[in-house]
Amino acid sequence: MAATPNGIWQRILGIDRRWIFVLVGVGTVLPLLFPVNLPVTPSPRVQAAYDAIEAVPEGSIILMSIDYEPDIMAELQPMSIAVLRHCFRRNLKPVILTLYPAGPRLVEQALAVAGAAEGKKRYDDYVFLGYKSGNQAVILGLGENIRGLFPRDFYGVRTDSIAIMQKVNSFVDFPLLINLSGSSIADYYIRIGASRYHRPMILGSTAVMATDYYPYLSSRQILGLIGGMKGAAEYERLMGIVGDARRGMDAQSLVHVIVVILVVLGNVALFATGGLKRRVGGGA
Amino acid sequence: MRFGPLVVTFLTGATLIAIFFIPHRAAQQTQSVILEWADVVYAFALLLGSISLWLAHQKKVQQRGEGWLYSAVTLTALAGVTFLGVTQGVGGDTIVGKIYDSVNAPLASTMFSLLAFFIASAAFRAFRARNVEATLLLVTAVVMMVGRVSIGEFIWKGFPPLTEWLLDVPNLAAKRAVAIGVGLGAISTALKIILGIDRSYLGRS
Repeated sequence: MAATPNGIWQRILGIDRRWIFVLVGVGTVLPLLFPVNLPVTPSPRVQAAYDAIEAVPEGSIILMSIDYEPDIMAELQPMSIAVLRHCFRRNLKPVILTLYPAGPRLVEQALAVAGAAEGKKRYDDYVFLGYKSGNQAVILGLGENIRGLFPRDFYGVRTDSIAIMQKVNSFVDFPLLINLSGSSIADYYIRIGASRYHRPMILGSTAVMATDYYPYLSSRQILGLIGGMKGAAEYERLMGIVGDARRGMDAQSLVHVIVVILVVLGNVALFATGGLKRRVGGGA
Repeated sequence: MRFGPLVVTFLTGATLIAIFFIPHRAAQQTQSVILEWADVVYAFALLLGSISLWLAHQKKVQQRGEGWLYSAVTLTALAGVTFLGVTQGVGGDTIVGKIYDSVNAPLASTMFSLLAFFIASAAFRAFRARNVEATLLLVTAVVMMVGRVSIGEFIWKGFPPLTEWLLDVPNLAAKRAVAIGVGLGAISTALKIILGIDRSYLGRS
C-alpha cells in the first residue's frame, strides 16, 4: 500500500538519527576524496591579520603562543602552519611557546612542516620554548622576564645561550604578538599583552569562539582575527598555498548544506503534518 | 570564625590589584616573586590532580565497580606514560611522542569530530519555527551556515555580506553587552571575596 503524503512527512519527522549520521559521514568523506576546490575569498579580518604580519620589519623577533590540543587541531593546525610559513617568508623570527600540556607535539609538527616548506632552521630562524603551566601567571611573567620563566627551551638548551633569545626578554621587545588559541587563554593575552603592554596582536581561534572576539577587533585591541578552518583557508589563499584548510572547506561546505536541507525538511514536515499548529495552539 | 584566611585573602587580593597599577620597579619585582609562587602552586595542583585521579580509579578497580576495566586502562596509561616520559623524555622521537601521535591525537580528534554528527541530528530536531523568536534564530542559523562556507558565495553573492553584517552589527552589540556585564560581575565578585563578604570559598556560606 502506498504511503499517504502525510505519512511521508511523518516518516521524515521520525527519521532514525543514524541516517543523518550516514549523510554527514558521506558529506565529509566524498569532497575529501574528490575535491572541487570551491572559491575562498579572504574576509577583512583575515586580510587585516595578514597585513599586520606584512607590516613588521623583516628580521624582527615576534612572540607566538600556540595554545591548543589535538581535539581542535583540524581547525587550528592548518592556521598555525600558514601563519608560521608567512612569518618565515617575511624572515621574521618567531619565539614560540604553548600553555597546553599536549601542545608541544603539535607545535613541533607545525614547525617541521612550515620550516621544511620555507627552508628555516631551529635557533637560526625560530625558538621553541615548550610548555609552561600556569596560563595567566605565565602570560604576566612574559611581561617581566622570559628567560627567567623559561631558563631552557623545549630541547633543554639554555635560553641565555640562544642568539635570538639574547635580544628579547619581555613583551615590550616584540613588535608583534600572535596567539592561536582554542580557549580563554586568548582573553589573557588580550588583557595583558595587547592592553597592558600595548603590543600589536593578532588572534587565531576556533570558528565557534571567533564571534567572542569581535569587540576586541572593533576596539583595535587585536589587529586581525582568523576564525576557524574558514579563516585558515582564507589565510592560505592570501599566501597562495593549498593546505589542509582549503582542502577541508569543500567537506565543511557540503556538510553545512546537508544540515540546512535537513532543517528545512524538518520544518516543512512539521508544517505539513499540522504539528506546528498543534504546538503553538497547545502552548508547547 | 576563620580570621586568618580572610586576612590572607584581603592582603593578597589588595596587594595584587595595587601592584597591577604601580609601574615602579619594586612593585614589578614583587609581582615577579608572586608569579613564581603561582607557578609552584600550579605544579602542586597538577600533582594533586594526578593523585586524586589515581585514588578515584584505584578504588573503582579494587571494588570491581561498574566500568572498572576502563579505570584499569586509565591507571595503566597514567603510570606507563608518566614513567616513560620521566625516564626517556617527551620529544617527537621518543616512545611518549609516538604514543601521542598514534593514540592521543587520533582519539582526541575523533571525540571532537563526533560533535558534527550529533549537532546535525540535534539541528534537525531542534531548529523548528515554533514562534517568532525561534524563527529568527532558525533563519539566522541557516544564513550563517550557508554564508560562512565557500559554497555560500557560489550559491548567492549576497550571502557573505549578509553574514558579515550579522557578525558586525547584532553579534557585536550583544557581545559588547555581555562582556561589559561579565566584567562588572567579575569585579563585584572579586571585591566581595577580597572584603570577606563572600566566604563560600572557606567551605561554608
